[in-house]
Amino acid sequence: MTDRNAGGTFLGVPLYRPRTAFFELASCEGCQLQVLNNEATLAPFLGLLEIVNFREAMTGGTDDYEIAFVEGSVSRKDEEDLLKEIRGNARVLVALGSCACFGGVNRLKDRFDPDWTRKTVYGEAPVESGRARPLEDLVAVDLKIYGCPVKKEEVEKVVTNIALGKAVVSPKYPVCMECKANENICLFDLGEPCLGPVTRAGCDSWCPNSRAGCWGCRGPAEDANVEQLEKIMQEHGFAQETILDRLECFGGFARFAEAFRRRRREGAE
Amino acid sequence: MKKRARRHRREEGHGRTDMIFRTLGKAELPKLFGVMAAGGKIVAPVEAGRDRENRPVYVFRETARFEEAALSYTTTKLPAKRYFLPYREDLATFRIEGDDWQKLVDYNVDRPRIFFGLHPCDINALNRLDKVLLNGVYPMPYYVAKRKNMFIVGIDCLPQPYCFCRSMGADTALHGFDMFLTDLGDDYFVEILSDTAYNFLRCVRTSEPGEDDHARYMKAVSRKNDKFIAHVDTTDLTKILDMEFQSEVWKQWGDRCLACGTCANVCPTCYCYGVEETVSVDLGSARKTKTLYSCNLLDFAEVAGGHNFRPERHVRLKYRYYHKHRGFVEAYEEPLCVGCGRCGESCLAGITVPEVIASVRGEGA
Repeated sequence: MTDRNAGGTFLGVPLYRPRTAFFELASCEGCQLQVLNNEATLAPFLGLLEIVNFREAMTGGTDDYEIAFVEGSVSRKDEEDLLKEIRGNARVLVALGSCACFGGVNRLKDRFDPDWTRKTVYGEAPVESGRARPLEDLVAVDLKIYGCPVKKEEVEKVVTNIALGKAVVSPKYPVCMECKANENICLFDLGEPCLGPVTRAGCDSWCPNSRAGCWGCRGPAEDANVEQLEKIMQEHGFAQETILDRLECFGGFARFAEAFRRRRREGAE
Repeated sequence: MKKRARRHRREEGHGRTDMIFRTLGKAELPKLFGVMAAGGKIVAPVEAGRDRENRPVYVFRETARFEEAALSYTTTKLPAKRYFLPYREDLATFRIEGDDWQKLVDYNVDRPRIFFGLHPCDINALNRLDKVLLNGVYPMPYYVAKRKNMFIVGIDCLPQPYCFCRSMGADTALHGFDMFLTDLGDDYFVEILSDTAYNFLRCVRTSEPGEDDHARYMKAVSRKNDKFIAHVDTTDLTKILDMEFQSEVWKQWGDRCLACGTCANVCPTCYCYGVEETVSVDLGSARKTKTLYSCNLLDFAEVAGGHNFRPERHVRLKYRYYHKHRGFVEAYEEPLCVGCGRCGESCLAGITVPEVIASVRGEGA
């Protein structure tokens, strides 16, 4: 009888091919779509994982899996139940993308009165739509893959390292490192706001490469000096609302945005 | 007028070289550029765009067109570092087939490069890097291969408000270039330091400098000297840095620091790096990649087991200054800083070398 998890080999060493599932909560499913991108390497990518549940890519599915990639934030009771069920089934739970890691762009609705947003979007339809929460508000998360959307190259690297038993790490430093390596003109020199100096790298400065300032989709770098950047942005003449729009867009900087609002309130009093 | 070219004898490396002076009419320069472009790839300062105040933003870039070379440029945002210390470079690649593997090493040099218009600070930056990466106990072959394939045309400059090269002993380049141009108005005063440069110049019209050219040269030099605004007092600096290791000012600069690594990336002499090994998703190849790193980044001094020797921002910022202005000076008798001012200009938090060192000395700030 063959081992159901037998994968390929690397330098003669047999590899373990984990049974893997993909799920989505409140999200655009763009991160899962990213997982299916890069056709040139899709076949070897799928060779490293045995995908047993992936609604966007296959019919059927089973609850017998070891790794679960979960995209999206939690904003309803049924999503909360599903997430807890996934956590119960999976040995490793991976938060896939900004929504799963921080609540994501969904969290923008939390800036407004919840009744008003629900009525504006759904009218009188009886739709449940609560606060958008990151996965780790409800369950333990083993690994986070950042970005809106995630970068396929990074997912490939994570999966390859899992297959080889190598450590999976994200850069701790901010986007500026990659932006300088890509020899971009600093967005501040061009008069554009940018969260690059405080946002976790790993995207290869995707947006600044196109002369668009960073919106912080990957959340704060470790040891990010956000308060200093807020000062710098104000010195550069950016309005407080502009700064808050950036800090609150993807949810990763929520605690810094709250502190910013608090300081602004206290300053106004 | 019959007069022999003035020759100055001086030591350079292990041998002796003669410096030959010529004057070159400005109209001849495009021709010289053309002769060089026919023989190799030219990297020159070019205008990459305009900033929000409509000031030109200069970068070093390959160009075959003389008109594109902005020879009266101020300072490029980034040094020419990527041509001799690339931000990312594969040190080795590996081909994996079955149980077997093959290692391939490439120093990533495909041809010599001509650098047309490096300022003295950037030439001195190379000379200081040479001390570690070329003449050190363990030369870095990836650097040596590129450095040995550089042909450098230096050009004089006018100090900008942020330039403090003079304080770092880097306002004049004594060696490390092939030819150096000083603007005399209608002509360039040319110093020739290599036979390759001499041979290039034989393709254009040059003349013997006369007394009036010497006078014009000295006038150009004193005009430059009058322009310095920024200064760093380096008197006893290594000792003062030792004394002020616990100074409160480090903490103040650390509070401002974004720990983004930009100062190191724009620095022409920062050479610290990290190495990462990755395996391709099809498991058929692997690579060992060197990436320039910065001592201001959180995990620069993190070691196996997760212990971090410098978890605080101000401590990391301090060590950058200690490497450049203390440790390197003790080892090589000059700082690992050429005073180009790029770090201060690029630092969003406005941290500049002259201000940091003045504050450590108990002055200003």
